[in-house]
Amino acid sequence: MSTGYITLIVLGLCGLGFFLGRARALATSRATGKKLHSLPNYYGQAVALFTAVPALLLMLAWLFLQPLMIEGRIGGMIPDSVIPEGGAKSLVMADVRRIADGLDALMVAGHMSESDLDAMRADFTDVRNRLGNVGVALGSDVPVPVFEAAKELRKSQNSGRFLMTIAVLGLAGALLVWSWVRVHPDQRARNASETFVLSLLIGASLVAILTTFGIVASLLFETINFFKMYPAADFFFSTVWNPQFRGGSDLGILPLLWGTLYVSFLALLVAVPLGLMIAIYLAEYASKPLRAIAKPAIEVLAGIPTIVYGLFALITVGPFLRDYIASPLGLGTSSSSVLTAGLVMGIMLIPFVSSLSDDIINAVPQSMRDGSYGLGATKSETIKQVILPAALPGVVGAILLAASRAIGETMIVVMGAGAAAKLGLNPFEAMTTITVKIVSQLTGDTEFASPETLVAFALGLTLFVFTLGLNVIALVIVRKYREQYE
Amino acid sequence: MFDAPKFAETKVTNNDIKIAARKVQVYYGDTHAIKDVDVDILDKTVTAFIGPSGCGKSTFLRCINRMNDTIDICRVMGDILIDGEDIYDKKVDPVQLRAKVGMVFQKPNPFPKSIYDNVAYGPRIHGLARTKADLDEIVEKSLRRAALWNEAKDRLDQPGTGLSGGQQQRLCIARAVATSPEVLLMDEPCSALDPIATAQVEELIDELRQEFSVVIVTHSMQQAARVSQKTAFFHLGHLVEFGDTGQIFTNPKDERTESYITGRIG
Ligand SMILES: Nc1ncnc2c1ncn2[C@@H]1O[C@H](COP(=O)(O)OP(=O)(O)OP(=O)(O)O)[C@@H](O)[C@H]1O
Ligand SMILES: [Mg+2]
Repeated sequence: MSTGYITLIVLGLCGLGFFLGRARALATSRATGKKLHSLPNYYGQAVALFTAVPALLLMLAWLFLQPLMIEGRIGGMIPDSVIPEGGAKSLVMADVRRIADGLDALMVAGHMSESDLDAMRADFTDVRNRLGNVGVALGSDVPVPVFEAAKELRKSQNSGRFLMTIAVLGLAGALLVWSWVRVHPDQRARNASETFVLSLLIGASLVAILTTFGIVASLLFETINFFKMYPAADFFFSTVWNPQFRGGSDLGILPLLWGTLYVSFLALLVAVPLGLMIAIYLAEYASKPLRAIAKPAIEVLAGIPTIVYGLFALITVGPFLRDYIASPLGLGTSSSSVLTAGLVMGIMLIPFVSSLSDDIINAVPQSMRDGSYGLGATKSETIKQVILPAALPGVVGAILLAASRAIGETMIVVMGAGAAAKLGLNPFEAMTTITVKIVSQLTGDTEFASPETLVAFALGLTLFVFTLGLNVIALVIVRKYREQYE
Repeated sequence: MFDAPKFAETKVTNNDIKIAARKVQVYYGDTHAIKDVDVDILDKTVTAFIGPSGCGKSTFLRCINRMNDTIDICRVMGDILIDGEDIYDKKVDPVQLRAKVGMVFQKPNPFPKSIYDNVAYGPRIHGLARTKADLDEIVEKSLRRAALWNEAKDRLDQPGTGLSGGQQQRLCIARAVATSPEVLLMDEPCSALDPIATAQVEELIDELRQEFSVVIVTHSMQQAARVSQKTAFFHLGHLVEFGDTGQIFTNPKDERTESYITGRIG
């Protein structure tokens, strides 16, 4: 039976469990004259949850583990002799899987029965041809062990699936009966559902945390490979970034890190003051109707795809800065420059700062303002001395979010600041950032297992650690200076 | 219900009118919260506002220092004169007015700053202290007057929000006193205080009366009787009766006043 059908049946049982549980709760309460501990629906819910949750979890685990176990065993059946020169075992295993699928297709098409298949031998039948008829194209004739492995794989899969159907439905049914029998007026059905909600929430948080760990682990793995091929000291302290196709590259992170920091700094220099002032205006001065229009209008900025900002940087801001500022002052002739990318990125980040800060300023209780006005403070004194300090943690959070966006931004940098890794102070020069180089190293033609490609992971991990550090620092600052209101 | 109170000095020592309100109307949107209120509040006198919950005591109090300006839907009509000057006149700057007419709010609202900074807030923005020592002195004096000094003197640098509810209330009183206003409006300043702190605050009110005029909203008849020389009774937005405290409590003219102070309405 397919997983879809099994799920449907389990859900059906779950629904049935709900009504049965509810009915039994009402009936026993009436029969014994005892008052129910919880509302009747909670009893139904408890039975339904016991029916569905463990069974579905079992199915998930089974679907995950079965292929691992079966393939491990089948892999052992394949002798080295059938592995082609220079190929890998995984390629042969892929063939095995495809043949197994093809055999299934043959069955479905009705060309063959189960006993035909048992009798079928790769050395007597033209397997390749027959599979070709059902749309499974094979590159070469099928060696006997591969075919036997495929047959075995099919068989194990089928029996595994059969066992799973029985186990899952059996578990659902058994728990349905068990929890139904347990329904009793004294049973704390309400608390059961509370526990369930709690584990659901914990599970959700775990997914997020585990994903982070997964990302770090995968980066770490490739980074270690990279450092086996390329000295870490050179990576961290060399001031030259010059990858070569034929090896012997200089892969120093410093120029990229500098570019990242420089562009982000300029972007924040634009976004933070503007965004904060917008937020203060919207929250404290603007009338309600104006705010209702202005806030979404500013948020539109956040919805523009970064590639569009990139175009804006490339064809408008870049040439403008070059023609009217850089060239006349003799500061440079390049239309891509750090300043271009910084300015445009700053504009993109304005709504991140303004919108969040506005919400946070609005959340400062009116009684704080009243207290300050009541002492004869003006509006701006109140904002400066009471509201902003009270809103500080949230505002710092908004700025941090903007900073993370700036550090991770790629498109605007490629199109605005160029792709030349350089260490320099002149904001009218082209520079580039870590993210841009990650993309260009991974999309290059070099072999995956070369330092030129793997450096992308080291760069990614450094970036990750860097932003993490930034967050920790901000957290410490906020904790130190926060003025908490109740 | 109402046992013989100890009346404060009923003799009004001063007859200068500090605040004069004429035909004051307040609307919150369509709600008519204050209807046609006329009242004269004397200088160097404590005036108590009493009345059942929701009758408009806080609303009227907030009119006197124009705190109602901060509420969008609130409209105030009529005249309120302080020292003969219409405070709703275009020429009057509400910010200046509020420095002169201080307020203690119904709910304690200390700033999320240190205790010291809370009290120093007003003196700082109005430049009342030239040196740090001056400021320290103002802070200490204000905290002493609000009966908070002993509890707070060792933790002046800790956040005001970390105090207990009653301590926060006294901190707000200290904060208001620190700016040395001419009129002090107190909206139920003792609602969260124990009897000892209440007695101390009442002592403070009596002391402030030497220099300022004080308006206090209270739900405690005894307190009104103890601290005030004049009492105003509000009911459903009307000023029902206004007169000497002794007369209001012993010989009310309006039967609504009588019912309220004897505990039949409210
Ligand atoms: N911000 C506001 N918006 C709308 N209506 C308000 C507002 N503040 C007060 N009101 C209304 O005005 C009337 C008077 O309220 P007010 O707060 O002055 O009463 P009060 O006499 O101080 O009561 P209490 O003794 O409970 O503090 C009430 O009906 C109240 O609902
Ligand atoms: Mg009130």
